[in-house]
Amino acid sequence: MPKSYADLLREARSTVHEADPLEVDALRSRGEAVLVDVREASEWEQGHIPGAIHISKSYLEQDIEAAIPDRDRPVVLYCAGGVRSLFAAQTLREMGYTDLTSMKSGFQGWKTKGLDWTIQPVLTAEQKQRYSRHLLIPEVGIQGQTRLLESKVLFIGAGGLGSPAMLYLAAAGVGTIGIVDFDVVDLSNLQRQIVHTNARIGEKKVESARITIQGLNPDVKVVAHEEMLVADNVDRLIAGYDVIVDGTDTFETRYLLNDAAVAAGIPVVHASVFRFEGQLTVFKPFDGPCYRCLYPTPPPPELAPGCSVAGVLGVVPGIMGLLQANEAIKLLLGIGDTLAGRLLLFDALDASFNELKLRRDPACPTCSDAAVEARAAGRPMAVAGVGDGTFTLGGPGLGVLGGAS
Amino acid sequence: MSAVRIPPVLRANVGGAKQVDVSGATVGELLDGLVEAHPGLRDQLFTPDGELNRFVNVYLDGQDVRYLDGVATPVDPRDELVILPAMAGGA
Repeated sequence: MPKSYADLLREARSTVHEADPLEVDALRSRGEAVLVDVREASEWEQGHIPGAIHISKSYLEQDIEAAIPDRDRPVVLYCAGGVRSLFAAQTLREMGYTDLTSMKSGFQGWKTKGLDWTIQPVLTAEQKQRYSRHLLIPEVGIQGQTRLLESKVLFIGAGGLGSPAMLYLAAAGVGTIGIVDFDVVDLSNLQRQIVHTNARIGEKKVESARITIQGLNPDVKVVAHEEMLVADNVDRLIAGYDVIVDGTDTFETRYLLNDAAVAAGIPVVHASVFRFEGQLTVFKPFDGPCYRCLYPTPPPPELAPGCSVAGVLGVVPGIMGLLQANEAIKLLLGIGDTLAGRLLLFDALDASFNELKLRRDPACPTCSDAAVEARAAGRPMAVAGVGDGTFTLGGPGLGVLGGAS
Repeated sequence: MSAVRIPPVLRANVGGAKQVDVSGATVGELLDGLVEAHPGLRDQLFTPDGELNRFVNVYLDGQDVRYLDGVATPVDPRDELVILPAMAGGA
């Protein structure tokens, strides 16, 4: 006797355990069950329950064992209205899964109850191709790539460090790249500042960088801040960015940036270079030291010449800038171990890396608990070095912000 | 003898060497030995009162000596001392 759809449905209902969305939500929030969305990919993309995994009913038999190897693990299946998930549960029971529930009234019922749901980020076909090598890495994947596309990174300087870092972050699909630089491209920059070109000598660096970046990846929005970073604009310039890549070459700018970034809670990926050597760390506010913990006061200018005085092998900022880009991506994606609390030293002549341990200064005037409380109370602690006459901006040989040196 | 790593910015004061071997039982003795042999370093490393300049960090085997016992930190001849003043940076 052939069975009708109504017969099959009745049979499934009588044998499969069902639960309403509120019960399922309770199971989910206790982490007791894995949720499987058995709808089609197009339905999943328009919204689903956070934390659920997606295996459309047509691929269920093929894919479930890899997704849920433990057959005794509690599984809740859901679809749009609660029917397909009943049949899916029957299939899984045949495959030996022991603890199965079908969610009554499906995702529609879930939304009607006002429960939490999320929309799967959607990449265009072109983006899927462009970022295919990222999408293949589980730690990045579609979620990570979407995160990069939504991220905003601010570069202080489109110079030797900023050039390679912004090129790779643009290629990686970081959605917004802000650049603070008021300088113009000079012939002497082109030995290492690869975001610029010979044809653009004399042009504004922010515009030159914009042309190269958008030629590489039109997904990226470039925000040009053609101004010098100073006390009056630092809070405005850094607002809204997720990560700052520091390519500054003066202490005044670095301290300003440090204090503002700590107050705004934005991590700074710091690097500096000198001839054949470079150093790199991440100043992640309250998770590792800030720049003032490391160096509470700046040296006198004659003891810290910039690259325009001392010179630098062009590949050194290239290498250090790429390591900055690597740290920025890890910070944006929340993966791996960043260099927060560690200073990485690179020596190009030895081809060697060394690492030093950095600690938070419990008396730091910028990031200590006392400093945070004082700022909250409107009485920030006094800091040394910036604009108090203990040191002055480098003068002609030392360059100013803009990374031209 | 312990190895003291000289940062690029200070190498002109030690004849261009990356590393100078100095003997001493503490971090302070190593630094004193270093500035005796290379007097040009004194003003760069120390204040006029003989304190280590605050823009110079000293690491013993990767650890900041300020979080050990400072200049009194004992040194083993196999230890490596790294002197690291703040770098201007940029490129």
